[in-house]
Amino acid sequence: MTGTQVSPPRSVRPDPAPARRRWSRDDVENRVFAVLRVVVIVGLLIVTLFPFYYTALLSVRPLDRVLQDPGALWVGPGEWDLGSYSRVLAPSASGGQGFLVFMGNSALVALGTVALTLLIALPGAYAVSRLQFFGRRQVSVLFLAVYLFPNILLAVPLFVFFTRIGLRGSLVGLVIVYVSQIVAVSIYMLRNYFDTVPVSLEEAAAIDGCSRLGIMRRISIPLAIPAIVANALFVFMIAWNEFLFALLFLIEDRDRWTVSLGLSQLAGSIEIPTTVLMAGSVIVTIPIIAIFFASERLLTEGLTAGAEKG
Amino acid sequence: MSVGAGLGAAPAAPARRSGSGGSSGPGRQSGSGRTLRRAEARAGLALISPTVVIVVVMVVLPIIWTVLLAFQRLRLLNLRNAGLFDNFTLANFANVFGSSAFWANLATTLAYSVFGTAAAIGVGLVAALALRRRFRFRGLVRAAMLLPYVAPIVAVTFAWKTMLSPQFGVANHWGTRLLGWDEPIAFLSQRSSEVSILGWQFGVPTALLTVIAFEAWRSFPFAFLFLTARLQAVPITLEEAATVDGATLSQRFRYVVFPQLLPTIAVLAVLRFIWTFNSFDDIYLLTGGGAGTEVISVSVFNSLTARGDIGGAAAQALVLAAILAVLIGLYLWRLAPREEQS
Repeated sequence: MTGTQVSPPRSVRPDPAPARRRWSRDDVENRVFAVLRVVVIVGLLIVTLFPFYYTALLSVRPLDRVLQDPGALWVGPGEWDLGSYSRVLAPSASGGQGFLVFMGNSALVALGTVALTLLIALPGAYAVSRLQFFGRRQVSVLFLAVYLFPNILLAVPLFVFFTRIGLRGSLVGLVIVYVSQIVAVSIYMLRNYFDTVPVSLEEAAAIDGCSRLGIMRRISIPLAIPAIVANALFVFMIAWNEFLFALLFLIEDRDRWTVSLGLSQLAGSIEIPTTVLMAGSVIVTIPIIAIFFASERLLTEGLTAGAEKG
Repeated sequence: MSVGAGLGAAPAAPARRSGSGGSSGPGRQSGSGRTLRRAEARAGLALISPTVVIVVVMVVLPIIWTVLLAFQRLRLLNLRNAGLFDNFTLANFANVFGSSAFWANLATTLAYSVFGTAAAIGVGLVAALALRRRFRFRGLVRAAMLLPYVAPIVAVTFAWKTMLSPQFGVANHWGTRLLGWDEPIAFLSQRSSEVSILGWQFGVPTALLTVIAFEAWRSFPFAFLFLTARLQAVPITLEEAATVDGATLSQRFRYVVFPQLLPTIAVLAVLRFIWTFNSFDDIYLLTGGGAGTEVISVSVFNSLTARGDIGGAAAQALVLAAILAVLIGLYLWRLAPREEQS
C-alpha cells in the first residue's frame, strides 16, 4: 500500500535496466506510491487535526460572525474575540458557565486518582515483578478479566451500590471507582519497568542488610521514577477524560460536575452559544495536549514495548 | 470509564502470556531459603493485597451483583427497601429477548463494532506504512496522529457535532457549495438517506455510518501506534532480498511485510472489537442513541437512568457481556492456535 518505501541501500539494488523497457512495473509502482504517500500523509494530517483547529477557530469567533459565515476557515488575529473564554470560565452566579469550578473538580478527581493509584499500584507492581507468591498468575488473569467486561455492566451495580451507601454524588466515590478501573493497567505498565531493573542492585542492598521495604524505597522506586512519572501522567489523562461514571454519579449536583461532564451537559442546551462551549472545549483539551506532548516519548515507548511480541 | 480506550491496556493481552514467571526475586537463588521463600510469599501477598481488595470490591463483586440484579424486578424507586436476594424472576430476560428493539440494537452494535474496528485498523495500517520512511518532522506528524485518541472524548464529539451540524456546520456549508449537495445533510440525526449512484437508488444508514467514521477517526491512532512499533521490528534484510529478486513495492508488501504484520493485526482486531463493542461514550455523546445508532450499552444506560429499570438494565448488560464472551471464545478457539505457530 502507500509508501512501503523500503529504500534499500542503493549499492545493493540492481540497476533497473532501463534499456529494454522504459516503464517497468517497479518504476511505475515506485512513482505511484511515492505520490500516494505524500497525499496520504497530508490527507491524514488534515483529517486528524481539522476538528481541533475548528474548535480553536470557533472559540475565538463571535457567534453572530459564525452564523453569518459558517464556512470561514481562517480568522485574522484582528478579529479574535476572547469573550467566549471569560464567559465560559466565569461562575454561573455572574452569568458565566462556571468552568473554573468544573476544572477544579476535574483536577481534584484526577490528582486524587493519580495519588491513590500509585499508592496501590507501586507495591503491587513490585510484588508481581519481583516476588514469588501464591496466586501471582491468578492475579494477572483477574486483571485481564476486568477488561473484557463492559464498563456499562459495572455501571448498574456501582450506581445502585453508591446510591445505597450515599456516596453517589461525591467526588471520593468517583475516585475510588476510577482507581479500581485503572490500577490493573498501572500495575502492568510499572511491572514492565521493574522487570528491566537489574535484580543484582537489590541483592547488593539485601546483603548490606536492607529490608524488603527498604529495598523498595531506596532502590527500586528511585530507579523507576521515569516509569512512575509516565504512569502518573497516563492515569491523569484517563481520569480527566472519563465520562460515563462522572455522568452516572455526579449529574444531579452542578457544583460537583467535572469539566467533561459539564461540557457534555451544557452542549445540549440551546441558550448557550456554541462559541462559548467551544472555548470550554479548548479548555478541556489543553491540559491533555500539553501533557501528551510533554510525555509523548515516555508514554509511547513504554506502551509499545509489549507490542513487538504480538 | 474506558480505560480500555486508554493507551495502556493494549499490550496486556499479548504480553502477559509470555511475561509471567520469568523474573527472579533477590531471595530465590539462595536455594536453602525455605523461610526466605515463605517470607517472600508473605511480602508478595501483603503488597498485592490492596490491589486485589479494590478490584474485588469494585469490579468482581459488582459483576456478580449484576447477575443477581438481572434476575430481580428492581426499579430505582423501590431501591431503598429491596433485599439482596428478593424474588428471583426470569422476566427481565424474557423482556429483553422478546423485544424487537433489543435485536435491532444488537445488529447495530455488531455492525458498529465490525466496521468500526475494520476501518480503524485499515486507516491505522495505511498511516503506519505512509510514515514508515524517515522524513523531516516525522516525529511531529506521528505525535499529531495520536491526538484523536488522547483528546477528551467530550471535546472531540462536540467538535464533530458542530462540524456536521445542518444549520451552521462547516461540512454542510462546503458540501452544499462545493460538492453540489441539494440540501444540508443531518449526519447525526437522520436514520437513512436515499443515495443514487449511476441511477441506482438505495438507502444508506446515515447516522450509523457517521458514528462508524467517527470511531475510525478516534481509534485509528491506536492501530497506528502498534503497527508502527511492529514495522520497526521487521528485519530489513528480507525486503532487500525480495528487491534483489525483482519484487516490486506492492509485492514486497503483500508477500514480505504484510504476513509479518498479521499477528499484530489479529491482536489489534480483538482488542478494538472488544472496546468498540463495549463502548458507550462515543455514540451517547454523538447521537444519544437516536437515528438508528442505539447500541446495547447506550440502551443499558437509558434503561437505567430514563426508565429506572435496574433489573432490565442489568439483564441487557449481562447479555452484552455474554455475547462478547462467546465471540471472544470463538475467536480464541478458531484462531489462537494458528497464531502461536506463526
